[in-house]
Amino acid sequence: MKKTKTSQFFSNNSQLLIPLIAILLLIVFNLIRDPEFFSVGITTNNRGDAVLQGNLVSILNGASELVILSMGMTLVTAASGGQDISVGALAAIAGSVFVKVLKGGPAITGTSVFLAFLACCVVAMIFGCFNGSLVAFFNIQPMIATLILFTCGRSIAYWINGGATPTITSPIISAIGSFIPGIPVPTPILIVIVMGILFALLFRFTSLGLYIQSVGINQGAARLNGINAVGIKLLSFILLGACCAVAGMIGVSRLGLINHETILINIEMDAILAVAIGGNNLGGGKFKMLGSVLGAYAIQALTITLYAMKVPSTDVKAYKAVVIIILVALGSPVVKDTMSRFSKKIKSRSGTVGKEAA
Amino acid sequence: MRKRIALLLALVMVFALAFSSVAHADDLITVGIVNNPPSESGYREANVKDFESVFSKENGYDAKFSYSLKNDEQLSAARTFITDGVDYLLISAAETTGWDAVLKDAQDAGVSVFLFDRMIDCDPELFEAAVVSDMAQEGETAVNWLLAQKLDEYNVIHIQGAMGSDAQLGRTGALDEQFEAGTMKKVVQQTATWDEAEAKKITESVINSGEPFNVIYAENDGMAKGAVAALDEAGITHGVGKDVIVMGFDCNKWALRELLAGNWNYDGQCSPFQAQVISDMIQTLEDGGEIEGLNDAKQIISVEKGFDASEITEEDIDTYGLGE
Repeated sequence: MKKTKTSQFFSNNSQLLIPLIAILLLIVFNLIRDPEFFSVGITTNNRGDAVLQGNLVSILNGASELVILSMGMTLVTAASGGQDISVGALAAIAGSVFVKVLKGGPAITGTSVFLAFLACCVVAMIFGCFNGSLVAFFNIQPMIATLILFTCGRSIAYWINGGATPTITSPIISAIGSFIPGIPVPTPILIVIVMGILFALLFRFTSLGLYIQSVGINQGAARLNGINAVGIKLLSFILLGACCAVAGMIGVSRLGLINHETILINIEMDAILAVAIGGNNLGGGKFKMLGSVLGAYAIQALTITLYAMKVPSTDVKAYKAVVIIILVALGSPVVKDTMSRFSKKIKSRSGTVGKEAA
Repeated sequence: MRKRIALLLALVMVFALAFSSVAHADDLITVGIVNNPPSESGYREANVKDFESVFSKENGYDAKFSYSLKNDEQLSAARTFITDGVDYLLISAAETTGWDAVLKDAQDAGVSVFLFDRMIDCDPELFEAAVVSDMAQEGETAVNWLLAQKLDEYNVIHIQGAMGSDAQLGRTGALDEQFEAGTMKKVVQQTATWDEAEAKKITESVINSGEPFNVIYAENDGMAKGAVAALDEAGITHGVGKDVIVMGFDCNKWALRELLAGNWNYDGQCSPFQAQVISDMIQTLEDGGEIEGLNDAKQIISVEKGFDASEITEEDIDTYGLGE
């Protein structure tokens, strides 16, 4: 009985196989290379707090923004059948708003940080709404629609703050971007967990996931079934906007500084990649957010592995590309079909063997 | 319809004439400045501010500005300035090539050309002088400072800018020589493409590997800040008289304040202040003099400082710091 349950789990979640295999391979590879690679230790940071430290912490911590963005990207991909390439630019805008509000106020307090976050959330959601309406109302290809913000987003971020790399220093900001005194886990990891729980609750207590899926699979059929397809698409972009705001805030808080040109640069491509590695159909429809999250961690683990291997700076991208080609090829329908046929063959054979033994 | 257009054109011409005569009546030196937009970087912002303040009406200039990141837009702006009949044309080119024809036009029209910040691939006869930074020299100044610290051993984390950029090539070159000569040990050399957060990850990976290091050489301030954040989280001390020496570039005001506080050790300047030098040369030409102090390529290399944390003062921060 138990066996069928686990096999059912795998057939339901077969798309998680690729990111899981990727992470597993990276883990095994690193352990062979350096058995101590994933050891986590406790050190005292320069503020005198005991904190966790190690490559595992670095990977989980460093991937936070990417994980949050790929959560939102999954929804947009599923609902609209396209990708938003403006997430990095939008996160830069959100981060700039966050900094602007904090710099405008007299002193940085818990309330002012909360207000700043609220402000950057609202702004990012408005921009998300703009992207979403281009896609939902005007039926523009998402990648083209978001190309607009991709092109001008970082300039907008510049207009908000003017000067180069404005800085904000405050214990509250470093508590968001690094560690809350007394808690040894980096705060960005905690924020990711909170975001994950929020999305899980959203899917558990509303039918949003189902709606998004049906709009992505067949917009017309969804509409005939009484689903507001335009609204669902719009909502997915607005949710992605909120994700951008959170990612932007984390990005700014890590160092208490915003460089509108480099903050979360090229992250849109990694976020799309995370969705793809997670086994989600980039053409929309069925989706698994967990897959994208695992994909994001796999990408970060790969980056950290390359750093640890001291791959020359000129070669990093080439190595990354090779691994990604393999992962994406493994997840492609052609390979998947061959694999499933192959596994069926083995199953039928082992099935007959099992019967004979019985 | 045609008549109306003709009338309109005539009116425009009359206005143009009227305005140009007004401009000449003031006896100001007319200057056309082609630059990159201030949003490009903190460096550019300071650069643009510098030119706008030096080439002002109070200083006897009538300056027109054009900002673009695109070479073709810059070229057409330069052409417009030449047809407008400016006395001097100042250019910081987006790309090094494609300028020959425009510069020849300028020469034929009797417009003197100055280049600033960036060189152009062309016959040096086509411009009066170029005021530029020598990125390789910035790297050498920094590395010489580091050698002067006389550490027992140099284990360097080298965080590079975007590969292939002028600043990266110049600032990497000097350090690479030391690595090859064996005077310094390369713990890691990795590009963070000017991204602060990436610099932090690179530093973290070294800390996690447990390999010893005592110098962080980051090719700009932001990346140095990223590296320092990693040190802080790992409880590694840095700055004057501490375990790790921190070096940055660009001289942002906030970075110089870190120096003043003793948290960092060195910051190398990449001077965006070229306007005064050019203004002085223009005055020399106006007085009928000759420009002196040029090298073979008709360049004047900006004098650039490297700041040591033990010597920096508040005044330095106000004078040389970029941004706020």
